[in-house]
Amino acid sequence: MMNYAVRVADLRVRRGGREVLHGLGFEVPRGRVVGLLGPSGCGKTTLLRAIVGVQAVESGTVEVLGRPAGAKEVRSRVGYATQHPAVYLDLTVRENLRYFGRVIGAPGEDVDRVMGQVGLGSQADQLAGSLSGGQLGRVNLAVALLGAPELVVLDEPTVGLDPVLRQELWALFHRLAEDGVTMIVSSHVMDEAARCQRLVLLRDGRILADETPAELSAQTGTDDLEEAFLRLIGAQEAV
Amino acid sequence: MNTKVTLATAGRILDQLRHDHRTLALLVAVPALMMVLLRYIFDDQRTFDRIGPMLLSIFPFMFMFVVTSVATLRERTGGTLERLMTTPLGKLDLLIGYALAFSAVGLAQVAVILGTSLLFLGLTVSGPLWALVLIALLDALLGVALGLFASAFARTEFQAVQLMPAFVLPQALLCGLFAPRDAMHPVLSALSDVMPLSYAVDAMSELTVSPELGSGFAADAAVITVAALLSLLVGAATLPRRTP
Repeated sequence: MMNYAVRVADLRVRRGGREVLHGLGFEVPRGRVVGLLGPSGCGKTTLLRAIVGVQAVESGTVEVLGRPAGAKEVRSRVGYATQHPAVYLDLTVRENLRYFGRVIGAPGEDVDRVMGQVGLGSQADQLAGSLSGGQLGRVNLAVALLGAPELVVLDEPTVGLDPVLRQELWALFHRLAEDGVTMIVSSHVMDEAARCQRLVLLRDGRILADETPAELSAQTGTDDLEEAFLRLIGAQEAV
Repeated sequence: MNTKVTLATAGRILDQLRHDHRTLALLVAVPALMMVLLRYIFDDQRTFDRIGPMLLSIFPFMFMFVVTSVATLRERTGGTLERLMTTPLGKLDLLIGYALAFSAVGLAQVAVILGTSLLFLGLTVSGPLWALVLIALLDALLGVALGLFASAFARTEFQAVQLMPAFVLPQALLCGLFAPRDAMHPVLSALSDVMPLSYAVDAMSELTVSPELGSGFAADAAVITVAALLSLLVGAATLPRRTP
């Protein structure tokens, strides 16, 4: 039971009168870097919001760390970063991290630790509103790493970052996973898929594939994951 | 509720204000300037002595309402509210954090208004000063609580600004400032009876004329406190953890 960080079963979500997730089900094993991939508007953010417990759902179950998603006792064990940075622009980087750290109940030295992890030490006393887009995204990510979470859910964390920084962040995600943290990282860029240990491909609110990159390549007969995605769509539409 | 989280939230809101000198200056200076203006509009010490304390109860209420409703709307639209909802923070931690932080600002505001009125504008008050400050502070708290509640009905900054006339103006018109409450049409008088600001103005008017605190004062203070706590609770209820 406890080998899974997340278990989703028959999840249905309606937004604006339209069903956007059509009975999804999948499991995320602990201590892995899992990529949630799919085109823009396919329901990635809605699914991530359901996992962190802020999405109103129609039916189905979402279990996180053995408890219902959003239950009070798991909220301090899950880190979440939205696609658009959700930090206070009128506070400094340090003040932002100190506040969220206190809310989560993280020790005070966590602020310096996470700033080091995302490489923001020299911007510590700058107002968040004066940072560049990439720096702001890293503050947003740093908040999700406060307080040693067991599950970290990141919505498109590497959008707009330069290649060097992107590589550094993926290395960080893998180091965290080696320490036992489960990482769920969404992206609409297929070349990021190869960096994940497991892939969940989402299209139009349905799961297209849930396997390792190697399995996906073997199944579709191509090493190019973008091409693999297209072949899966083709195969599905042919049915 | 968790005291540490509540206090951290209040501290964070004060930190935000500390970085925003202009808002802070406007909050503290504008009401005092309005009092100066008022003193010279009436140009008559007796009228000012009667109206001044009433305004001392309306200003903190009005300013705190506006500041709070815009600030909470910013949390909503900026995504920080959703982020906080994924953490162990309780809804009351957030609401009481706001109430504490803005009440502290309200206290500074009241101190400056009162200081200006007593030292430079010759305001005389028969009742004890602490009672005046208490009512003004409860009003600030009421403004915060109603602002938190009202922000649930706004989706944009445009709407949030319109809430001020909707929630504050009727109370200001019916509270007894413009016409005595008991001389109003029975319907208006009944309406004014259910508006919390009326009790603040009642209490203030009593303080200006009577040196002793009557039983009416405690009742008025209690009504304002209960109204503030009630709107905080309703505000918590209108703050959903899960949204569509």
